[in-house]
Amino acid sequence: MLEACGIGYRYRGKMWLFRDINMRIQPGEIVGLFGPSGSGKTTLAKVMAGYLRPVEGYIVVDGQTSTDRYPFLKRRKLSLTKEKKKGPNPVQLIWQHPENAVNPRWRMSKTLAEAGVTDRHLLHTLGIHDEWLIRRPHELSGGELQRFCLARSLGPQTKYLIADEMTTMLDALTQAQIWHALLHIVKQRQIGLLVISHDKHLLHRISDRLINLNALAAQSAAQSLD
Amino acid sequence: MSHLKRNIVTEDGERFSAGDVPLFKVEGLSLSFRRFQKRMRENDVCVIRNMDLTINAGEIVAIVGASGSGKSLLANAVLGLLPKNAVLGGSIYFQGEVLTPERLHQLRGKEMILIPQSVQALDPLMPSARQVQAVIRSEDKQAVQRDIFAKVGLPQEAGDLYPFELSGGMSRRVLASIAMASQAKLVIADEPTPGLDEKALQEVLEHIKLLAKQGRGMMFITHDISAALQIADQIAVFYAGETIELANVQDFEGRGGKLRHPYTRALWRSLPQNDFVPLAGSQPVAGEYPSGCAFHPRCPLATELCQQQIPELRQVSGGWVRCFYA
Amino acid sequence: MSDRLIDRGTFLRKFTFNRRQRALFVAMSMVLFLTGMVAGGVFLGPENLAVNLDNRNRPPALEHLFGTDWLGRDMFVRTLKGLTTSFGVGVAASLLSTLIALGLSLLTSWHRMIDQVITWLIDLFLSVPHIVILILISFALGGGFKGVVIGLAFTHWPSLTRLLRAEVLQTQSAEYVRISQQLGKSRLWIARHHFLPQLISQMLVGFILLFPHVILHEAALSFLGFGLSPEEPAIGIILSESMGYLSTGMWWLAFFPGLSLLLMVVAFNLLGRNVRRLLDPYQDHQ
Repeated sequence: MLEACGIGYRYRGKMWLFRDINMRIQPGEIVGLFGPSGSGKTTLAKVMAGYLRPVEGYIVVDGQTSTDRYPFLKRRKLSLTKEKKKGPNPVQLIWQHPENAVNPRWRMSKTLAEAGVTDRHLLHTLGIHDEWLIRRPHELSGGELQRFCLARSLGPQTKYLIADEMTTMLDALTQAQIWHALLHIVKQRQIGLLVISHDKHLLHRISDRLINLNALAAQSAAQSLD
Repeated sequence: MSHLKRNIVTEDGERFSAGDVPLFKVEGLSLSFRRFQKRMRENDVCVIRNMDLTINAGEIVAIVGASGSGKSLLANAVLGLLPKNAVLGGSIYFQGEVLTPERLHQLRGKEMILIPQSVQALDPLMPSARQVQAVIRSEDKQAVQRDIFAKVGLPQEAGDLYPFELSGGMSRRVLASIAMASQAKLVIADEPTPGLDEKALQEVLEHIKLLAKQGRGMMFITHDISAALQIADQIAVFYAGETIELANVQDFEGRGGKLRHPYTRALWRSLPQNDFVPLAGSQPVAGEYPSGCAFHPRCPLATELCQQQIPELRQVSGGWVRCFYA
Repeated sequence: MSDRLIDRGTFLRKFTFNRRQRALFVAMSMVLFLTGMVAGGVFLGPENLAVNLDNRNRPPALEHLFGTDWLGRDMFVRTLKGLTTSFGVGVAASLLSTLIALGLSLLTSWHRMIDQVITWLIDLFLSVPHIVILILISFALGGGFKGVVIGLAFTHWPSLTRLLRAEVLQTQSAEYVRISQQLGKSRLWIARHHFLPQLISQMLVGFILLFPHVILHEAALSFLGFGLSPEEPAIGIILSESMGYLSTGMWWLAFFPGLSLLLMVVAFNLLGRNVRRLLDPYQDHQ
């Protein structure tokens, strides 16, 4: 289970973007997250995927948390096992713009090799053609690149996936293709999926349950008042 | 392409006929890029092949297509923003006149204007009101600017703010105000909507509608069909550098039975609010276009004819389609 | 209409060079020119520099292209030897400078503090005139080849380091590097696979464009007497010696060596620019 425990984040010297957010994602569960722009959805995604250190609270992945990242946990004597520092993060994030998420100088095969993804079957499911492997990013379209980004993040260690506006920049047909492939893989491997999108239709179509970030924040604010 | 004659009433009540000469017309446009290849050779890569489009005054034409279909390149070609190594063919007409590079230079920013996708396009060193006033031709610039601010829902105090002090939503309204303040008869909006939440999206669409109501021709470039359907008069569907269908908004309904081209139908059915069914394969990349119809490798209706010949754009039940079997 | 446009394009292209081919042509000819220069200096033996008092102070003629000096030595041979020495100093000093620049710029990605220290060092070195530090270091190390090379290397790294640091900084904030971190890659791996390939073309161009600077500074240093010792046939030495004879009308003693030095500097500049054009055609297109 991927748990966000009372996390809060703010950029230095700025207002809190969100505070005391609690969220749980079960393996194999697909959770849709929405909220207006500026409500901190992308920041929340980055915190949950380990790109940003939360100012408050902590993230627990399958009962483990990184005591390197949260030294105060030791003092509180929380009975959480220490996460291995090395190796891929079991929570992976898919970014909105795939062309920024791959090294423009590398052939796609190297991008996959970086993540240790060798599973031909996985590539095939995602609709990646063999001849794309020797291409460089500028020779591929956004949709094709996003498939590679998905493949890269679906290494054997990955247990949870966060897709932040993953298909916003893509046309409807490509969007449908990519989601069908991903949903198939997620069901098969029992990966927990957090989908962030503005597109209500898409969220309704694929999610098991929906979370409104604003409501979530208001709820925790109300609780703290009680 | 002939369009129905129709009269448009602008906000000011001025009547003018838009039927005789279309405001903007693209005919058989082609575009290639000269590219360096291995072993120091250069060659031309064809990106746009057969592009046709007509925009009348007061009309919103949405250009819909996947990335790589050439829709943004069309905007760049119209505004003369192509890199040096681009080779253009075919013709573009503006108010019945051929758009030569010299003519384009005169018109750009005056008669034709782009609403930039990014709010970073605002001048960071100028208060927003002055940026809007800068494009106003009439006597009382301030009054016109105030009027426009009221229309897009900007408080008058926002006029004194610099771009970095504006929120994202306010910056977008300032961008729309600039387009409204200008004399431009053709406004191009290149992908103004992705990444916006529902409220902001509706606001941007409202701006586009407002601009069209003032009698301007709008080119609304997007990959978001549902947004396009909300406001457009006509939908142009691009695929692999070609206009494959010019459809009316009413054609997009149900399971897409009224749509003419199999690609448009598949695109419509793949929306999450419809069937959410994907179609195998992908759009061919520039330089690797197949012979014949660009869509034939993915098309359920394809025959031998489709592999040999590129279909002409022809009129079918009130729209235009580039398919033998529509 | 479009067909004709394209046809004329292919027609023209058969008979003219494109920009890339032109760049390659210029770069290759510069390489040839410079290798010729250096090869001449290396393969001409000392017997060509023999003192011949019968042939003193001859103005340029077919027999002695650049004339002879007050000891009857052929100035053409002396100039070639001098240029070769300059080239050697240039290679050693530029290579060392580039390595310093590479090392420091990669270090900046380690920690923000290290970056601040290095930025401060760059500013410090750039705020003091080159030649002052150069004289100090070279003098402290007792002059000679070693002193000059180390002095040059320690004064010429900052501008290239600044360029490379900017590149590292930009790459470091790129999404694909952040993703690499989340995939569990170590700093060293990221530096080796993400940063280094990004820097190579800038480094190569920077290395070549350092040459003219280094060579001119070496000549200045030797001219002032803080650089190479008088028995080493550097251009700076030749120029400084010839100063005494200029007033007697022996213009060729300074003119030809000076001109050759200038040509070498120009050749390196052309080479550097055209290499950049070849490695970075997209930037050049704009």
